[in-house]
Amino acid sequence: MSVNTTRRVILGAALAGATVLGSYLPAAAQETIKVGILHSLSGTMAISETTLKDVMLMLIDEQNKKGGVLGKKLEAVVVDPASNWPLFAEKARELITKDKVSAVFGCWTSVSRKSVLPVFKELNSILFYPVQYEGEESERNVFYTGAAPNQQAIPAVDYLAKEEKVQRWVLAGTDYVYPRTTNKVLEAYLKSKGVKSEDIMINYTPFGHSDWQTIVSDIKKFGTAGKKTAVVSTINGDANVPFYKELGNQGVKATDIPVVAFSVGEEELAGIDTKPLLGHLAAWNYFQSVKTPENEAFIKQWKAYKKNDKAVTNDPMEAHVIGFAMWVKAVEKAKSFDPDKVIDALPGIEAPNLTGGISKMLPNHHITKPVLIGEIKADGQFDVVSKTGLVAGDAWSKELDGSKDLIGDWVEKKCGNFNVKTGKCGGA
Amino acid sequence: MISRFLLQNMDKRGYVFLALVAAIGILVPLLNLLMPVGSLFHVPTSTMSLWGKYLCYALLAISLDLVWGYCGILSLGHGAFFALGGYAMGMYLMRQIGSRGTYGNPVLPDFMVFLNWQELPWYWYGFSSFPFAMLMVLLAPGLLAFVFGWFAFRSRVTGVYLSIITQALTYALLLAFFRNDMGFGGNNGLTDFKDILGFNVQAQTTRAALFSMTCVMLIAGFLIARGIVVSKLGKVVIAIRDAESRTRFLGYRVDRFKLFVFTVSACMAGVAGALYVPQVGIINPSEFAPANSIETVIWVAVGGRGTLVGAALGAVVVNYAKTVFTSGFMAPYWLFALGALFVFVTIFMPKGIIGTARELWEKRRKPAPTVTPEPAPAE
Amino acid sequence: MRIVSCLLRMIALATLLALQPGAAAAQSADEAFTRLGADSFSDTNRAIELLIANAHPQAAPIIEALAAGRLLAGGGAVVIKTTDGKFLDARTGAALPAESPGLAPVRLNNGVRRNIQAALGGLGLLNPDAGKRIAAAEAVFKSRDVALLPVLEGAIAKETDARAKAALRQAQAAILVAKPDAPPFDRIAAIDVLRERGDQDALATLRSLPADSSPALKEAQSRAVSAIEGKLAVWRAGQNLWYGLSLGSVLLLAAIGLAITFGVMGVINMAHGEMVMLGAYTTFIVQEIIRTRFPGLFDYSLLIAVPLAFMVAGLVGIAIERGVIRFLYGRPLETLLATWGISLILQQAVRTAFGPTNREVGAPNFMSGAFEIGQLAITWNRLWIIVFAGLVFAALLAILKLTPIGLQMRAVTQNRRMASAMGIRTGRVDALTFGLGSGVAGLAGVALSQIDNVSPNLGQSYIIDSFMVVVFGGVGNLWGTLISAMTLGVANKLLEPYAGAVLGKIALLVFIILFIQKRPRGLFALKGRAVEA
Repeated sequence: MSVNTTRRVILGAALAGATVLGSYLPAAAQETIKVGILHSLSGTMAISETTLKDVMLMLIDEQNKKGGVLGKKLEAVVVDPASNWPLFAEKARELITKDKVSAVFGCWTSVSRKSVLPVFKELNSILFYPVQYEGEESERNVFYTGAAPNQQAIPAVDYLAKEEKVQRWVLAGTDYVYPRTTNKVLEAYLKSKGVKSEDIMINYTPFGHSDWQTIVSDIKKFGTAGKKTAVVSTINGDANVPFYKELGNQGVKATDIPVVAFSVGEEELAGIDTKPLLGHLAAWNYFQSVKTPENEAFIKQWKAYKKNDKAVTNDPMEAHVIGFAMWVKAVEKAKSFDPDKVIDALPGIEAPNLTGGISKMLPNHHITKPVLIGEIKADGQFDVVSKTGLVAGDAWSKELDGSKDLIGDWVEKKCGNFNVKTGKCGGA
Repeated sequence: MISRFLLQNMDKRGYVFLALVAAIGILVPLLNLLMPVGSLFHVPTSTMSLWGKYLCYALLAISLDLVWGYCGILSLGHGAFFALGGYAMGMYLMRQIGSRGTYGNPVLPDFMVFLNWQELPWYWYGFSSFPFAMLMVLLAPGLLAFVFGWFAFRSRVTGVYLSIITQALTYALLLAFFRNDMGFGGNNGLTDFKDILGFNVQAQTTRAALFSMTCVMLIAGFLIARGIVVSKLGKVVIAIRDAESRTRFLGYRVDRFKLFVFTVSACMAGVAGALYVPQVGIINPSEFAPANSIETVIWVAVGGRGTLVGAALGAVVVNYAKTVFTSGFMAPYWLFALGALFVFVTIFMPKGIIGTARELWEKRRKPAPTVTPEPAPAE
Repeated sequence: MRIVSCLLRMIALATLLALQPGAAAAQSADEAFTRLGADSFSDTNRAIELLIANAHPQAAPIIEALAAGRLLAGGGAVVIKTTDGKFLDARTGAALPAESPGLAPVRLNNGVRRNIQAALGGLGLLNPDAGKRIAAAEAVFKSRDVALLPVLEGAIAKETDARAKAALRQAQAAILVAKPDAPPFDRIAAIDVLRERGDQDALATLRSLPADSSPALKEAQSRAVSAIEGKLAVWRAGQNLWYGLSLGSVLLLAAIGLAITFGVMGVINMAHGEMVMLGAYTTFIVQEIIRTRFPGLFDYSLLIAVPLAFMVAGLVGIAIERGVIRFLYGRPLETLLATWGISLILQQAVRTAFGPTNREVGAPNFMSGAFEIGQLAITWNRLWIIVFAGLVFAALLAILKLTPIGLQMRAVTQNRRMASAMGIRTGRVDALTFGLGSGVAGLAGVALSQIDNVSPNLGQSYIIDSFMVVVFGGVGNLWGTLISAMTLGVANKLLEPYAGAVLGKIALLVFIILFIQKRPRGLFALKGRAVEA
């Protein structure tokens, strides 16, 4: 080995060593409490998740103005998992071990939650998950502030059946786990209400589907059976805009075939001309148009924070507002940032939601929320046409065979999948 | 005999690489397991699993460099082989969960239970056995590459046409694996793994062992690739890259050489995927995304095409940059940095890091004719 | 004119009333106004019924205002806000001095909207405008309000316009078919009328026949249903073909720019999708400016956007060529790398400048809605996109075949060195060619903004499809791109009803892979020595 090569070896090794070591020099002494924000700022999900990051920054800012939590200032740690699922796990690990955050607010898609789940369990930290999802989960380290299927899908179907006298159903969704499960739940529920299987049409499309001509005309055809027909849409994200544009162009009016969507909110409507969509519906736990003092204050604050008078608010943002308020209260109750203590303190914590009620964290780590049905107005907002009282979120759907005997209870049973029939923890 | 095949004509760069990987493979797990937390020499588990991921990418990059750098086949679908290997491993890990899933079903994985599957699809049979799963890690990507290559190379599909149909291949697989009806968990993929060979996947020792295993496989992959390219067969392969028609006119069965290299490379990518899955804890169809395969090509180009070591280096450098850029104040702007890096490398460092470093080196030392073949841009 | 129309409506109501004994039976009109202010959908519905039943003199303006969201209620008052911003007392129609506080628009839901439609249908049957009568007849066709039968009969007797008469007859038939106490002969005749109409609405009406109908009626119904279904099946095939052509034209637009940058120049242009995106964002900016400054020009916004999008994308393209790709001549595969980097930068730049969310690009009037040829529903936006794609293709072909620069471009494609030896400045030609390809991609962006999201991800969703189209058609051949785009579009749409959207697409990808084995250089391969390069 020549001198030069040796030098290269040493240089190389030193470089590699430096990079390995450089990535985890001990963090400076903690004077602030860190809160992780794990939302994609680039890639396909940035469209939905970026505003959630902003909302968290605003909430943390606001809390600091009130003096922080337990006398300590909060510090937001923002990372970009770039809509890449393994990167979500990597970033979660980084937030917990390197930045030593006390809690993480983040994720949107189910797969991102599934990807970080083992990390949160292994490192024992807290994740607040703000999006409506398919249910069938109750984990000790995760708090689900979005809706479970019984807090969104079933009340929406009830509304259509009662108010619109719908007898024929199109369940249209993007082919992934949330629509699949929701549609399974709905199908079982509708059949239990006496709807025949020929009156249910189920259709799945890939992510980002943009050519809806055939499907919209199929829906029109399905609607000609002489019974009132409605579409229950679990179509996700980007695919909604072309879907609604096609509906508008093919003249599917809400008075003929109403579409009720679970993933279309104010944010999505901001990208469409809503005039042809007048009267189509959405089911959420929050709408920007709800007139309550809390909501008006929040909207004002948000518009000021974004310095944009047209900035809209939506349901997952409210979920973060509730989740963050609950976390603060739980920390104050536990008088500690220690995850174990906070996890134990959280069930039973109550925090006001923005629609005039008080949401409560349940032992299954889901929360109580009202279900609101809104009709799309011409200005891209929703007109609330129906509102239920507080509905408790079910971690496990009662409509599915596999899960009807399961409950999640982290207070008494200390178990996420307790089987009430066998009286044992751990599924069947 | 084998060691002669593997070590023949090994240059200094190769030895440095081997020594470095071996050192990392031994030292990092040791420092992780033996040093107390808080010691300056302790390697945190998170860093180790992060580097484990980089090294898997390095192996993938080497496999791609073997076909692109030495055989001139620009595959825009290598992510597919990587993902297939990963799925084979993921299926084994899913079966190991057994009745510890949330529904406690001893046979069916959770995602099948809640979508009302009644029985295990036939293609899941056998994956509860580790040797079978490992065989599939090699066979699934290998067979796909063999069949695909058999048709493509025989009909002399070359250049961009080949690149685009490899892209079509991975795109079709992406769409197929997204379908929940396929029985691979749809978009959520396979996750929530518990055990590998009876050891807890999340245990520190298992992680250390997986890390060492990745280093071993990286060394093995490098040696095999190296062995192929410096052998006589490798000379023909390089000849194909530089002048395919002439090689054919000389009487070589070009398609067979290509097919061999392509298949070996796919198996190697499969192994990389199999090591990747237990370390990151999830395999999902997005690994099939054409963008991932393109990124792999970029790693190779950044490191230096046709150098093997460069490919590995490029994979580590780009991914390390990604990790750094996606946190902290850079987070909203990291794509600018990454994009600029790619443009910069192509314009100012056309031979990649290794090639440029060598050029600079040689300029300083004055002419010593190079022995290793220069990768000429072949199309 | 307005007075006449009002009068006529009153006559309609009077007729209605006279023929409905008991309906007038003294529900006080006051109740209707109380209910309108009750902020409950069922009360609003009841109020509409009461207004009609009582033949309230203000019924027509109140219901029209309600439909348009101009009916305000609150504190016991019900007020109509006119289109020119004045306020009228709903009870009397008298003008009010100013808006009183506490008024909010009476809210609507789909049920109320349906009732309004039905009520307005009844009110509009005698409208002097034939178009309005047809619309009213359609509304009655859907609402099937038995109470309107006498009005319908009166209207048919008076009707002189042939189309309006047919529409009125169909509405009458829709009511009669479902009316159990109508004479059986009339009901069977009604079935024939519906069969004649033969569209999906007629099918829906026929299928909703009450279960206790007589056997003869049932037979007539099932025969009519199968006749309509048979006819519709044929139309559906045509419809699928149309969908295919429309998808093909979208693919063509997305790919044709790439056919230039990739096909002609050999640059594996991964930033192509971002050029499309830039075109779409240009359209968005043009519309924003028009919305705020010149709202009258909105219908021309796309026409204005077309040249601007071409220029923006084209200039960015030239900048990319001069700044980056120029240094990569002779290393085509490495252009993949650099353009990928550029695409990341452009995406993030747009995300930073415009935010990550979708931007609203509205449809001008001439691109909204649909029209029907027989049972073929053709949406205007798709039709215009097909026309636009055709125009772009023709223009591009003309540039390549008829202009000197086109000649030079072709020369450079076919034999770069020879062209250079003949004195063509290949560098300049390259820059212009790349600019042209990028500009055309920008044009595609204008069209795609009408059917897809305008978001930073727009380009990415088309890039793979575009490459498939170009490669399938044969690199460097515009006609190949055209035929390939149309083939793939039509095949996709014909497969979709059977295989579903996902499997159909997978099948097509596999088909392309296999096809390339058969013809390794695409549908239309360039002949000559160029292919050896």
